[in-house]
Order: sequence, then C-alpha cells, then structure tokens
Amino acid sequence: MKKNAIKWSTIVRVLLVVLLISLVVMPTWFSWAFQPFAPEKGPIIYERASLLSLSLSHLGLVALASIVATLVAVSLAILVTRPLGTAFLPLSRTITNMGQTFPPVAVLALAVPALGFGTGPTLVALFLYGLLPIFENAITGFSTLPPATMEAARGLGLSRWQRLIRVEIPLALPVILTGVRLSVVIALGTATIGSTVAAKTLGEVIIAGLLTNNTAYVLQGGLIVGLFAVLIYDALVQLEGLLLARYSISND
Amino acid sequence: MIEIDKISKLYDGVAAVDEVSMTVDTATITVIVGTSGSGKTTLLRMINRLVEPTSGEVRINGKSTHSVSKTDLRRRIGYAIQGHGLFPHYTVARNIAIVPTLLGWSSEKIDDRVDELLSLFALEPDQYRDRFPAELSGGQLQRVGVARALASRPDLLLMDEPFGALDPIIRAQAQIDLRRIQQTLGSTIMLVTHDMEEAMQLGDRVAVMDQGRLVQYGTPAEIIQNPATEFVANMVGGVDRSLRLLSLFPVSEFVEDGSAEGESVEANTSLRDALSICLWTGRDALPVVQDGSLLGRVTLDAIRKRAAIS
Ligand SMILES: Nc1ncnc2c1ncn2[C@@H]1O[C@H](COP(=O)(O)OP(=O)(O)O)[C@@H](O)[C@H]1O
Ligand SMILES: [Mg+2]
Repeated sequence: MKKNAIKWSTIVRVLLVVLLISLVVMPTWFSWAFQPFAPEKGPIIYERASLLSLSLSHLGLVALASIVATLVAVSLAILVTRPLGTAFLPLSRTITNMGQTFPPVAVLALAVPALGFGTGPTLVALFLYGLLPIFENAITGFSTLPPATMEAARGLGLSRWQRLIRVEIPLALPVILTGVRLSVVIALGTATIGSTVAAKTLGEVIIAGLLTNNTAYVLQGGLIVGLFAVLIYDALVQLEGLLLARYSISND
Repeated sequence: MIEIDKISKLYDGVAAVDEVSMTVDTATITVIVGTSGSGKTTLLRMINRLVEPTSGEVRINGKSTHSVSKTDLRRRIGYAIQGHGLFPHYTVARNIAIVPTLLGWSSEKIDDRVDELLSLFALEPDQYRDRFPAELSGGQLQRVGVARALASRPDLLLMDEPFGALDPIIRAQAQIDLRRIQQTLGSTIMLVTHDMEEAMQLGDRVAVMDQGRLVQYGTPAEIIQNPATEFVANMVGGVDRSLRLLSLFPVSEFVEDGSAEGESVEANTSLRDALSICLWTGRDALPVVQDGSLLGRVTLDAIRKRAAIS
C-alpha cells in the first residue's frame, strides 16, 4: 500500500512538471485547450513576451527576495534569541509584522516614488512580505531547542559560535524551512501584482487578459503561477522531510 | 586531585552553595548526594564553570580552573547529564567524537577511540557507530552519553543524575557498568544524585549536602555508622542502616577458616545477601568460594558483629 502511494505521488509530480514545462516552453501546443476561453478571432496564446522569459524573471524575483528575506529574518531571529538580544524581541516582531499589515499594492504604491517603476518596488514588497513567516518560524526554532542538548553542548566546551553553527542552526533548520516555504508561496502569488508597476512577471499575462477580456490569458498566467507554487511547495516539503529523516529527530 | 576551596554561589543574596570545601582523590568516585534544591547541581557546574562561583576556587591537579579559558577547561572535563543530551543530528560516532574533534585529533585516532569506547560500553561498533540517537534505547543513549564524556580521556568526569531517566533494572546495570569502566580506565568521577542508595553503592566517598552546605564527607561506611547530623541520619534511613552498611562489604573480607554445610556463595557476595541466605536457609555459616575453589566460611556471628552500629 505504502509503496503504491509513493509511486502514485511520484507519477503525479512528474506529470505536473512535464505539463508546466510544456506550458512555458511550447504554449502553442495547448491552443486547443485555451481556445474556448479566448474572444472570437482574438489571440489565444499570450505572445507579447515569451512565457519562458516571464517565468524566469518571475522566479528570479521570488528567489532573490526570498533569499534576502531568509538571510535577514534568520539573522534577526538569531540576534533576538541570544541572551543580550531578548530586549529587542518585541521591537523586531513589530517591524516584521508591519511588513505584513501593509497590503502589497500599498507597498508597491509607496515604493514606486522612491525606487521608480520595475523590479525595485516589487522586490521590496516581496522581501517585506517574506520576512514575517520566516522570522516567526526561526524564533520558534531557536527557542525550542532541546535543553539537554544545549546544556551538553556548553558543557562539552563548544564556543558560542560553534554551538550556533553546529547545533542550533541545524536543529532549527526544519522549522525555519517551513517558514521559508510559506513565504516563497506567498511571494509567488504576490509577484504577479508586480507587473502593475512594470516588473516582468507572469502577472503581465493575467493583467493583459483582464484588460482585454481574454480569459485564455488569465488562465495561462494563473495556471503557470499555480503550478509553480504547487511544485515548489511540494519540493520544499520533501526537503524538510529529508532533513528530519536525516537528523532522525523524532519528538515522541 | 581536585580541590574545592571555600566555594560559594549566591543568587540574589541567597546561597545556593555555601562555602563548600572538599578534596577529591584521583581515580575515585565521589558522590554528591542531597535532597532537591540542596545545591548539588550548582556545585558540580561550578567545577566546569557552567556557573561562575561568587567566591572561592577550584583547583585541578594544583591548577586553578580560572587559569584557562572556559572552553579549554570544559574540553578537559567530561560532562554527562540526565537525559544524555546527545546531538540528535549527529550519529553515535560523531557524538562521541565531539570533544576529540574540537581538540583536533586525527581522524584515525578518533575512529579508534570511538570503537574502543563503544566496545567498552558493550555496544558493537559496527552495529551502533552510524546510528542516530533516535534509533537507540534509553539505556543505550545513556551509555553513549557517558562514552562521549570520556572520549578525550578527561582529567575529571562530572555526572549530574546520569541515571535519573532510567528504569530501575537498567539503572542498576548502568551503575555496575560505571564502576567497571571507572576501574578499567582509572577515571576520577564526581557524580550527583538525590538517591542515597546509589550514593552508597557507587561512592568511594560520599558528600552529603543540605541547604547549600556540605554537612558530611566520608566513606559510605563512616556516613552510615556516624551520621554527622539529624539530616544525614534521616537520609541514610533509620532501621535500614544496618542492612545498608552490610551491603557495602563483600564476604571475602570476613572469611574465616572452617567448614560449613550447604550451598556456597561467591567471594564478592555482599554481607547483606549472605545474611539473607543464612536467614532463608536457616544456617549459621556459609561456605565461600572464589574461582571454583573453597576459601573458607562466613558466619552469621561475623555478619552480626559488622552490622552493629556503635
Ligand atoms: N540560575 C539560578 N538562578 C537562581 N536560583 C538558582 C539558579 N540555579 C539554582 N538556583 C537555586 O539554587 C538552589 C540549588 O539549586 P540546585 O543546585 O539546582 O539544586 P539540586 O541540584 O541539589 O537540586 C535552589 O534553591 C535553586 O532554586
Ligand atoms: Mg540538580
């Protein structure tokens, strides 16, 4: 039974990856499927920019923002979970929370005057949105480390730095990754709005569809973003599972 | 030799440890025993400076623990705690190798040492080396924890309630193993427990603590025979005292010439067990054997004499 289940999920995964790659690289193969949703005699497949280049730039933005957000959020979490940093915990929580309470459109609107149109404001918005889930999870990860292990690490003579690198980060990593996963998925969706300020993302396809009443465009853009989100989410879940299995941390 | 010299720790003006002085001989087990909150853990943790003393000093082989950095000090002192504290993301071998790695040993030397320790603790190296802690039983985890603490051949091994999380049978075995390993390696051990039975059984010397003060420090027999305070007397237990005392001595020390009827006992049997056999089988003397040959006998009279607390 178990073996079968694993096989099925693998097959589904491979099919989805193949579907996604073909959609991005050879969208014309799917004209027949999108035709019913396109306006009569109107274009079926978005061709003002290649879906491949839009996807790459979309993913690039998300990756860059998520990497920076991870570095900043994890560093901040490390600082505020040190004995000397605990005083800053409430402040840093407030700051990261603010990143989330602004609607993305507002962040874009505010960032445009400062950073101009294009990639800049979008990156800022994605970065701010990514901070909170990673920060919250990293705080949880660093403050729920097994006490006996931490006591032993100190008693065996590991320096602060060695404890951080060899014990705390590896043990907090699965929880941190959960935060990264949430934040990447949020960023994949939020990045679509970036095209309203002329960032090159898959949102361009969706917005073009909305403006010209072309549901086929909206579906193409939405489907690709959705598939990316599902597959990346799944890949990160797998990675967490691998880490947990590798560390054999069983909290029973 | 470990010298603890008038060491104190105050928390908010209250002494958790109050001017404790004691000397621990090399290659012995010293057990620190006391009720919960009596300052045992604080005393132990001041030795490897996990807690900084408010006043006083600890010297190891004549050198103050403050003459080296904390991390260097701790790498020279083994530390084993209740709940083992193994790194869950490290294999058994890597856990044991933590301090040797910090000390920069070569990988061959580390591998040899890991296998040597695993064998010593009755864990087949090929079978256990690459396991993760989550794949071990409670007793095995505890053994790996102690093996890790001994890995770099430390001058001193500190153990804080190391058997506290084990069930009684595994616990008894762990105590026997610790004795055996301590004798094999000639280690100096300071062990904290709240269990007087464990203290009597393991300690060459026992330090009894009460409210931060060291109230008595001596051999188990001295403590049972001459408890220094009411508190110590209560801890060694009223009516059980004579039996406790008897359990400290093997019959071999009381063998006399002569013969006795019935089934014989081994030379390392405790007087307490011998007494029990006498009573159970209605005999006045038992034959004592060692390695299959007859040594003589132990009499109920001799046992009775030893049990009398003056
Ligand atoms: N970090 C600390 N801060 C304040 N009080 C402490 C601290 N550590 C221990 N104590 C107090 O010191 C006393 C002795 O504690 P401890 O050494 O842990 O006792 P034991 O190990 O014998 O149970 C207790 O009253 C405890 O509450
Ligand atoms: Mg304690």
